[in-house]
Amino acid sequence: MFSNLANLFRYRGLVQSLVARELKARYRGSVLGFFWSFVNPVMLLLVYSFVFSTIIPNRTEGLQPYALFMFCGILPWTWFSASLSEATNSLISGGNLIKKVLFPAEILPIVSVLTNMVNFFLGLLILVPSLMYFHRLHLSFALLWFPVAVLVQLVFTMALALALAALTVHFRDIRDLLANLLTLWFFATPIIYSWTQDNVKAYKSLFDLNPFTHLAISYQEILFFGPVGHWKWLLALGAASVLLFLAGYWLFDRLRDSFAEAV
Amino acid sequence: MMTPAIQLTNVSKVYRRYGGRQFSTLKSALLQRSILRDLQPSETFPALTDVSFSVPKGSTYGVMGRNGSSKSTALKLVAGITKPTSGTVRVEGRISALIELGAGFHPEISGRENVFINGIMLGLTKREIQQRFDEIVDFAELREFIDAPVKTYSSGMYMRLGFAVAINVNPDVLLVDEVLAVGDEGFTHKCLDKFAEFKRSNKTILLVTHSLGLIERFCYEAIWLDGGRAMSHGDPKRVVGAYLTKVEEGEELLLAQTTARAVEAADTAAAPADIPRDPTSNMFQATEGRWGSREVEITDVAFLDGGGQPSFVFHSGDPIAVRVKLHAAQPVDDFVFGIGLFNADGVCCYGTNTYLEEMTPQRLTGDAEATFAIDSLDLVEGTYKLDIAIHKIDGFPYDYHRLLYTFRVKSRVHDVGIYRPHHHWTFSPTVQFKEPLG
Repeated sequence: MFSNLANLFRYRGLVQSLVARELKARYRGSVLGFFWSFVNPVMLLLVYSFVFSTIIPNRTEGLQPYALFMFCGILPWTWFSASLSEATNSLISGGNLIKKVLFPAEILPIVSVLTNMVNFFLGLLILVPSLMYFHRLHLSFALLWFPVAVLVQLVFTMALALALAALTVHFRDIRDLLANLLTLWFFATPIIYSWTQDNVKAYKSLFDLNPFTHLAISYQEILFFGPVGHWKWLLALGAASVLLFLAGYWLFDRLRDSFAEAV
Repeated sequence: MMTPAIQLTNVSKVYRRYGGRQFSTLKSALLQRSILRDLQPSETFPALTDVSFSVPKGSTYGVMGRNGSSKSTALKLVAGITKPTSGTVRVEGRISALIELGAGFHPEISGRENVFINGIMLGLTKREIQQRFDEIVDFAELREFIDAPVKTYSSGMYMRLGFAVAINVNPDVLLVDEVLAVGDEGFTHKCLDKFAEFKRSNKTILLVTHSLGLIERFCYEAIWLDGGRAMSHGDPKRVVGAYLTKVEEGEELLLAQTTARAVEAADTAAAPADIPRDPTSNMFQATEGRWGSREVEITDVAFLDGGGQPSFVFHSGDPIAVRVKLHAAQPVDDFVFGIGLFNADGVCCYGTNTYLEEMTPQRLTGDAEATFAIDSLDLVEGTYKLDIAIHKIDGFPYDYHRLLYTFRVKSRVHDVGIYRPHHHWTFSPTVQFKEPLG
């Protein structure tokens, strides 16, 4: 297992080019092309702004502008959920490669996660200037927690992506199950509402069980509120993610030999 | 013998069939925490059984067999794509597998980018691809299209590019699976030249193919797989010979079944009240069937080879005899034996009867037998069908069997037409031919 992990490092060139390929291919043929990577988050931001300032206005003190507050959670969530749904399908859609080319299969889910991470960064290019415009984001040491949060999320997402990708080869149901589960998970995470609300605090212990709660809160603190009070949870999640990653990779490695036959 | 580049020792591969696992099983698997146990096979299929062979470094080895004989499984095992269930596979050196060309090409991006990604997948570095890029593109003959998205390529262009990348990986061991059928004549020659170059530079090639000619021409040794077992291996000529014999046996069986079915079907279909048709007007109308009054009945028809043994497959130029057994319920004095030979297109190759050959019938009683013998079956390769009939001189049929009997003619020479006259060539001394190979 660990030799396979080390082996993976040798393939970083391939991972790199596959991620680049995915990003290029995604908008190939459209008029705006790569520009869509920016247009999409802008549109989303505009829609949320309109809905939450005009249709169902949320005027909670300290959470203004509300659309930006939500966006701090939605961008990482999009990275997470898109990664999982793509990774889950990656081995099956890349079946041709697994069956016909000698190729470490874990590259496929990893590429899904990394491609969406790049999209996340592109989304930040829209989010960060907006935050600065509304004087929500300040240059401070708190920002140093940002790469930590990204790293924790990366490890956490990869752990789930590997396990799900491997299991989906045998249980195709997971694809459909996951889509529903992600919707549920989204609403169970304080992203479009704040965990500071009293009716949320009432269920604090339940929210604490949700790993993505801690990621969402961390991002919101780093980007929106300033002081980072949640770092202990973040680090704990990081440690758990490493263990989860090892477990996910172990499962993937266990099932590896069955992919070429079952895909 | 040199050190083997590829060595398979007692390799078996059992494919698992994961039986219809539905949502309920996932749920129960989760509930009972038995996911790993559930991943055990519910049904198994032995794809390879105890296969061993070794390919010395620098030689070309052929793998042949019918469809479904697990040739490709063997190749995938060597490539390391799948793992053997038992036994060991050992390969020395860098492998490039031409299993499916262009696997992993992304349709939306350009040929150029795909060459790089495909190359990296096959184990090259970016710099190595840069160095070989021109060679790859020229080999694929795609210079003007290299910047177009791959989805605009024709399937031939796609395959050529895939082949060009794979072959330029510069492997020590090249695995080839039926890929020579991809290009036009010119490209195929180029591929064969490339193989020859590989052979010269002392690389190992494992070639999976249906083309027996390719095996005989290129391979130093060959193995014949059937149903996942090694039937024969060693000298390619001998292996190909053994294979062809087996194929003939299979064909015999098939033809015997076809014939038995046709006779049976005609027997049940044709009611005695069937309109007696004029055989001459039906001569060129290829519909199977059987009709007649059955006053004299054809009970059995057999093809006999030179040794008098029943057979369905003959070689061009062999002797063949058609033996007809009959039974006459009442003695008859008006009878003609007729025979007609048709090719697969329904063209009558030859027809005759005893009346045309001026034999005047006198008497036929009880059980009888007639044999029509051909000294030399001068037909080109193909499948032929036979009409056998016994009728009155005026054409009234006792028992007419229309195209019910099938036999096959095989030939090493693939000449065309129907009839192969006995022939030979002579030339003036100014015309010279090369000595035949082997």
